Amino acid sequence: MAGRAGALAGWAALAAVGLVCLAPLLALLAQPGNWPGAYGWSVLRFTLMQAALSALISVALAVPLAGALVHRQFRGKATAIALLGAPFLLPVVVAIFGLLAVWGRSGWVSDLLGTPIDIYGLKGILLVHVFFNLPLATRLVLQGWAMVPPEQLRLGAQLGMGWRGQWQVFGAPILRATLPGAFLVVFLFCITSFAAALILGGGPKATTVELAIYQALRLEFDLGAAARLALVQLALCLAVGLIALRLVRPVQFGAGLALQPIALPRPKMLVWLDWMILVLAAGFIGLPILAIALRGLVGLGDMPASILPALARSIGVALGSGLLATMAALALAGLITRLRQGLARGVELGVMLALAASPFVLGTGLFILFNPILDPSDVALPLTALVNAVLILPLLLRLFMPALAQIKADYGRLAQMCGLAGFAQFRFVTLPLLARPLGLGMGLAVALSMGDLGVITLFASPDAGTLPMVMHRLMGSYQTAAAAGAGLVLVTATLGLFYVFDKMGARLGHRI
Amino acid sequence: MNNRLTLAAALVIATGAASADTPELVVYTYDSFAAEWGPGPAIKASFEAECACTLTFVPAGDGAEVLSRLRLEGARSDADVVVGLDSSLIPQANDAGLFAPHGQDMAGLTLPISWDDATYLPFDWGYLAFVFDQTRLANPPASLEELARGDVSVIIQDPRSSTPGLGLVLWAKAVFGDEAHQFWDAFADQIVTVTPGWSEAYGLFLEGEAEMVLSYTTSPAYHIIAEGDDTKAAARFAEGHYMQIELAAQLAGSDQPALAAAFLAHLISPAVQDIIPTSNWMYPAAQSAALPDGFVAAPDEALLMPTDWVAANRDLAIDEWLAALAR
Repeated sequence: MAGRAGALAGWAALAAVGLVCLAPLLALLAQPGNWPGAYGWSVLRFTLMQAALSALISVALAVPLAGALVHRQFRGKATAIALLGAPFLLPVVVAIFGLLAVWGRSGWVSDLLGTPIDIYGLKGILLVHVFFNLPLATRLVLQGWAMVPPEQLRLGAQLGMGWRGQWQVFGAPILRATLPGAFLVVFLFCITSFAAALILGGGPKATTVELAIYQALRLEFDLGAAARLALVQLALCLAVGLIALRLVRPVQFGAGLALQPIALPRPKMLVWLDWMILVLAAGFIGLPILAIALRGLVGLGDMPASILPALARSIGVALGSGLLATMAALALAGLITRLRQGLARGVELGVMLALAASPFVLGTGLFILFNPILDPSDVALPLTALVNAVLILPLLLRLFMPALAQIKADYGRLAQMCGLAGFAQFRFVTLPLLARPLGLGMGLAVALSMGDLGVITLFASPDAGTLPMVMHRLMGSYQTAAAAGAGLVLVTATLGLFYVFDKMGARLGHRI
Repeated sequence: MNNRLTLAAALVIATGAASADTPELVVYTYDSFAAEWGPGPAIKASFEAECACTLTFVPAGDGAEVLSRLRLEGARSDADVVVGLDSSLIPQANDAGLFAPHGQDMAGLTLPISWDDATYLPFDWGYLAFVFDQTRLANPPASLEELARGDVSVIIQDPRSSTPGLGLVLWAKAVFGDEAHQFWDAFADQIVTVTPGWSEAYGLFLEGEAEMVLSYTTSPAYHIIAEGDDTKAAARFAEGHYMQIELAAQLAGSDQPALAAAFLAHLISPAVQDIIPTSNWMYPAAQSAALPDGFVAAPDEALLMPTDWVAANRDLAIDEWLAALAR
């Protein structure tokens, strides 16, 4: 990274994350309230259990899917991989309706079987969470494969390496490097699940901490109890994170030339298996998205005029927070690669925990902090951009860290010999090699920020509604078709933005 | 440079003068009330025509969220009036201690029960009811008891996060009293799922995920009037229907008390009450004109429990619900 300025930027980003995540929690903790009782603990147990199961299944399925994507070449593969990001980026309510159109009691699968199937319950929660997170976990594993220099693959092919050898040399080390992190990211995402868990979970059996926090904040106005619940949850996530990150073993494949990747030889059986996995995954991920599109097309004509300004505001917020998150994550990743190992791991884990921060607690805490100084609705949009950026940052960090570490290992000495340092090194060595994860990260950050709703509702002013808010308002006044239309516009814009950035990174980037 | 400064100063003075001339009344309300298709815009137009003021609606989530935002803002709040508190929320609203007596003449109210609260002014109301599609369910249950004994699939809302959901557990508690847990035990297996809010439940019902959904007796009117679809109906229950009264109140900390009072009077005048049915899809609280075609007459048996009863039974009713459904 760019020398002292880079380190300074890293510390500033770290301070911002700490401030945005901890200050609201502390503000609420200062209020009187009880620590979680029997009800709170049962909710905590369930939340952790469903998140752990969701993460395990997502990660377990991501391994064969990523393998199939690495080994099989087909036309449109790059686009397919880019679109793989779609479910992760869908607004929760939109995704629920899409999933139920396929898996619901009067969905396509039920129609096909001629009898309503019942997916509500733990299986429903796992279904929705795997739908959201399998693609994300797959992308994280693929990032690991992208670090293997193609000439090593060629060498393996030339030496007639069998699938056992491939597994020992490439597969296992890559998984060891990527899976614990991927598990942790998915786990933390599922922790704050709320509407999806309740609806697909079939009722209060599936109460997550986020619902209990909502209940305490909105129905009982028990701010202190909500904060204590959030704090306990954060502590438990910290423990899980410590274990997961301990399992990570970084890989060193060394530097290579930017050659075209090739397919490693695979036994016929595995080739067929690869194709089967790809078809199943395409159906699992594609059908609900098709349902969303079909539902939305019908409602496009019913949408109110306020859709357009809301779309513009949403895009503005998303670009702002995407840029902010990318720059901050870059600075932080640079900082972490310079720190001692123990300290580095601590900082990384601390930042990762922002994923499990309760949006309701953040929103309410920030409101309390801002209220005495200025009118909260005046800062609704910039604040939303800032909070979104902080919440997304940990994910980007996970993308940038391994890449940066490898760039440093592979090209650090060469750069030093050439006398490249500071900004020049960043501009001519780091940036081109990092462009690919950078594009993916920016795309994810922008797209995730588009769908966000959690924090802004409390701050919203009459003329600052974002597209997800307009969609919820339509749903709240019988206008289901128009809401589905707005949902389709939102999804299209979100995926469009994601696609543009992801592609841009892939085009500008060199292989590492 | 100097010119620009002068211009800026002039602008500041001009806007300052403008806002001093026309006072602003800030009304906090729930999202769909302020939406462009809700009653908000028409109310703004008719009130501004007579008040020489600016009326600003601030949408702040659903009814419970509006109240919690007011409590968060406390004395600093810009709000002069709140529109859309729910009768089940009165205990919490009283705890907040933010509201002043409204001082309105309530003689014109046409609620099926008597209402004499000095703080909370009703502007519309509805009955909770289970809505169904007549083409899919020929013989709907005729009482809560029959509903729980039968095998009709139902979607309800979570009482911990939504007011209709809270209304249902209070409804069951009011009807069955100490036996409410038996009702929930019998009913639990028919509940397809529970949603955090009304909109998800109603959306899932329209998608065909269940035969009935907890909503309002006025819901079918929306489909008839706005969509020309007469397949939806609300089941009539023999035990009576739980009333949800939507309330307005004046903030004690308002800097425009006279305007706030004028607004509350306007809210229960025919100018607003006549548009409530087809913009907010509820019964007007001070009905002066006949209900539009498509609105079926409200059921006779109204259930509304006193505030003390709600305060005393809310947590118990939610716990009974939770115990039966979490099993």
